Amino acid sequence: MKKTFLLIFLFLLFFAHSGTDLQAGGSVSLHEEVLPNGLKVLLLRDINAPLAVFQIWYHAGSINEQTGKTGLSHLLEHMMFKGTHKYGPKSFSRIIKRAGGIDNAGTSRDYVFYYQKLSPDRLHLSIELEADRMQNLIMDPEETLSERDVVMEERRLRYEDDPQNLVYEEVVSAAFRNHPYRRPVIGWMSDLKGITRDDLWKYYKTYYVPNNALIVIAGNIDTDSLMTMIKKEFGAVPKGPDISVIRQGDPEQRGEKRIFVKKEAELPYVLSAYKTPNILHEDSYALEVLAYVLSSGKSARIYKSLIDEQQIALSAGAGYMNIQKYPFLFYFYGTALPGVDIEKVEKALYEEAEKIKKNAPSEREVQKAKNQVEAEFIMGKDSVFFQAEMLAIFEMIGDWRLKGKYLEGIRMVTPEDVQRVANKYLIEDKRTVGVLVPLKRDKK
Amino acid sequence: MMHDARCTIQDTGKMKGKLFVGLHVSCIMYLVSVISILLFTVVPADAGLDVKREVLENGLTLIIVERHNLPVVMVTVGIKAGTLMEPEEKAGLANLTAVLLKEGTKSRTALQTSEEIEFVGASLSASGGDDYITATLSVLKKDVSLGFDLLSDIILNPVFPEKELTKKVKQIKAGLKSSEESPGFVASKAFIKEVFGAHPYGRLTSGSPETLDKIKRDDVIDFHSKFYLPGNAVMSVVGDITAKEVKTLLERFFSEWNAKELDAPYLPEIKSTKKRKTVIVDKDLTQANIILGHIGVSRDNPDYYKLSVMNYILGSGGFVSRLMQNLREEKGLVYDIHSFFAADKYGGAFQAGLQTKNESANTAIEEVLKEIRKIRNTLVSDAELSDAKSFLTGSFPMRIETSRRIANFLVAVEYYGLDMDYIDKYPQYINSVTKEDVQRVAKKYLDPEKFILVIVADQEKAAIRPEFK
Repeated sequence: MKKTFLLIFLFLLFFAHSGTDLQAGGSVSLHEEVLPNGLKVLLLRDINAPLAVFQIWYHAGSINEQTGKTGLSHLLEHMMFKGTHKYGPKSFSRIIKRAGGIDNAGTSRDYVFYYQKLSPDRLHLSIELEADRMQNLIMDPEETLSERDVVMEERRLRYEDDPQNLVYEEVVSAAFRNHPYRRPVIGWMSDLKGITRDDLWKYYKTYYVPNNALIVIAGNIDTDSLMTMIKKEFGAVPKGPDISVIRQGDPEQRGEKRIFVKKEAELPYVLSAYKTPNILHEDSYALEVLAYVLSSGKSARIYKSLIDEQQIALSAGAGYMNIQKYPFLFYFYGTALPGVDIEKVEKALYEEAEKIKKNAPSEREVQKAKNQVEAEFIMGKDSVFFQAEMLAIFEMIGDWRLKGKYLEGIRMVTPEDVQRVANKYLIEDKRTVGVLVPLKRDKK
Repeated sequence: MMHDARCTIQDTGKMKGKLFVGLHVSCIMYLVSVISILLFTVVPADAGLDVKREVLENGLTLIIVERHNLPVVMVTVGIKAGTLMEPEEKAGLANLTAVLLKEGTKSRTALQTSEEIEFVGASLSASGGDDYITATLSVLKKDVSLGFDLLSDIILNPVFPEKELTKKVKQIKAGLKSSEESPGFVASKAFIKEVFGAHPYGRLTSGSPETLDKIKRDDVIDFHSKFYLPGNAVMSVVGDITAKEVKTLLERFFSEWNAKELDAPYLPEIKSTKKRKTVIVDKDLTQANIILGHIGVSRDNPDYYKLSVMNYILGSGGFVSRLMQNLREEKGLVYDIHSFFAADKYGGAFQAGLQTKNESANTAIEEVLKEIRKIRNTLVSDAELSDAKSFLTGSFPMRIETSRRIANFLVAVEYYGLDMDYIDKYPQYINSVTKEDVQRVAKKYLDPEKFILVIVADQEKAAIRPEFK
């Protein structure tokens, strides 16, 4: 299923120079500022939002890990909830929940982020607590071991016992030979067992520094008072050394790679992924429209063909993962209906790609894709969380202003552009295919 | 655009052909589970909702909230045409009827319906449920006429083509098969069956391959004409629209929805006797997926709010809950553990669910039982009580943050017979709960002796002790 989350800021099409308030007109405005220690702050004021959200992002995702230490970034994310010297263990979530808020965090290949969702008059809690845990974690050795066990349970839950997710993990890992995207965020089980408190501490001290962080706050907020609080709590945190940039590239792929996962499962499944550029590349807009034409809804090509007409798949679709820092993947997937060969599903997926490579999609299909992007854009604005998140994701890739550029780019796409990028990127020799082969368990 | 960082978990919806969503992000914990549990527990605070409710001449209950922050309109229609209304031997009929609404009407084919709605970037959905089925429309203000046109068309004029029915049955059966890959699904299916027995709550909304085979097109047509009645429905409209505009749209597109007497079917009673039973499912898994629980309460139980507070402390409070503190924070046994009271119209269940490596299954079960005994036998602390209250009352606005959520929420409020001023009363319901209340309801509604225990695991490795069998 293709799920799209979008760039929510039509109004950001109007560029302004940084460091000032960027008037968006109407009920929304953005304040951008960089503290002397390098901490970047984006404050989005939306007077209609009933809630506020605080997010802090660090460039400390799994791409920053070393061989043999996969899963380190994510385990550290867990440890960030284990207490600081000032507040003691088990206090973070308790304080937030007592204030009627919720909190959580997420780690991806590119970054880690922490957030709280609460009433705007409680934002001082977020600012104080996050500034504190940026520097003062306890990271008790015993707690570390126990949390490692928790993460291993998480890995079992999400991957070991989920056949389709295992295929995904294998495909990404096989697609990238050298680029750190090959490592799973959750980490390999054997690596998890070997991560020590010292590994975590070193990583924490290197990456959790103001010059490697971004704060985004959104809601019906008072920009001035928040800036004052942020400067007070974060201003004195010393700047860390510059973080080195990832430079590993991949050798050119010269033929299809194919992997198999044999596991107890009910239905066969295929996942086929092509390397594609990210949002920074001008082809990204046409690739996005391509994904919509193929897979956005029941009137889109893949559903119509594989599920409705041919009736060979339980689910099938395509998607484009374009908001990674580095080029990532465009994928096709399908789960076969009982009794149908998975080869047939795979072939039918490629046929849909071939059709577009031969003949450009219709004007109406492309217009539909654009309408869908625009509508999602507008509807997405109802959630202050997503507004903040999208702003942050773009800033983490390079510049939050890319968001405005994105919508502009989508509007310019022509059917011929879609055909061109399909021909350029959906190439057999450049893809990595994963197939789930269901095993039936032998009764003991 | 593919989203790379979703923490709140979305990869639980196997039926929906999940992929990639939530895959490469790992979070500190699942969140959605907490939210959904609280859906009916926690309600808007002041949040400034101006709710207009009226019952129209044809019997339709109409709820309108004007919200002009965005040029968007969200509609939810709830119709009492869920599994409660279907005969046991044709289980799945209610769901099938709902999901076929979009697959062909008097004037549109399935493809025409989806093409028209998708072209304007809107969405239209119809899905089954136990208590009621739901049809939703999410549309930009500029396309609201088209949206209402299609919404009324699928509710009023579906023709249920034989071809589409055959296709859908095939899909649902394959979906059921595919769900067997999910240990959580397998455990949950076994659990509700034991708790509710022959009552519709005891089976899957989708039915089983056997019952699905018995459903004919005439059954669907009949079910639709019998239950898809205005007097049997609630419609909420939330967003950039006035009450007057809504009325005009209804006159234009829903004027043919005529009142008709409802012939409500006999509902089997839920046998509320508790029993001790273990269900074992052997699978090639690294984790044991465990559910422990028993019969619970219906939504209108007067102790409902006391139970909300008690269960927050026991197992729905995320990191601050006792189950999470004990099994995750102290023992590292689980990634996620939650307990909840699923309270439906005519009954409900209490359950604690967890996953742990096969080898620690016994320990985990033991610890859950310890916590259940503890909250029955000892008063909770003042801090626990006040923390629970401040979260439950303070987190109101989160449940109704968006127009979509408000629309869905208000249909539930209406269906479960909660007054529209429930929103204002909720804090006092919660704040009046005492420590003694918490202990009393724990004693009354939790049972550490007579419970259903479902264990889906590699049974050889789990080696469940005789006392738990």
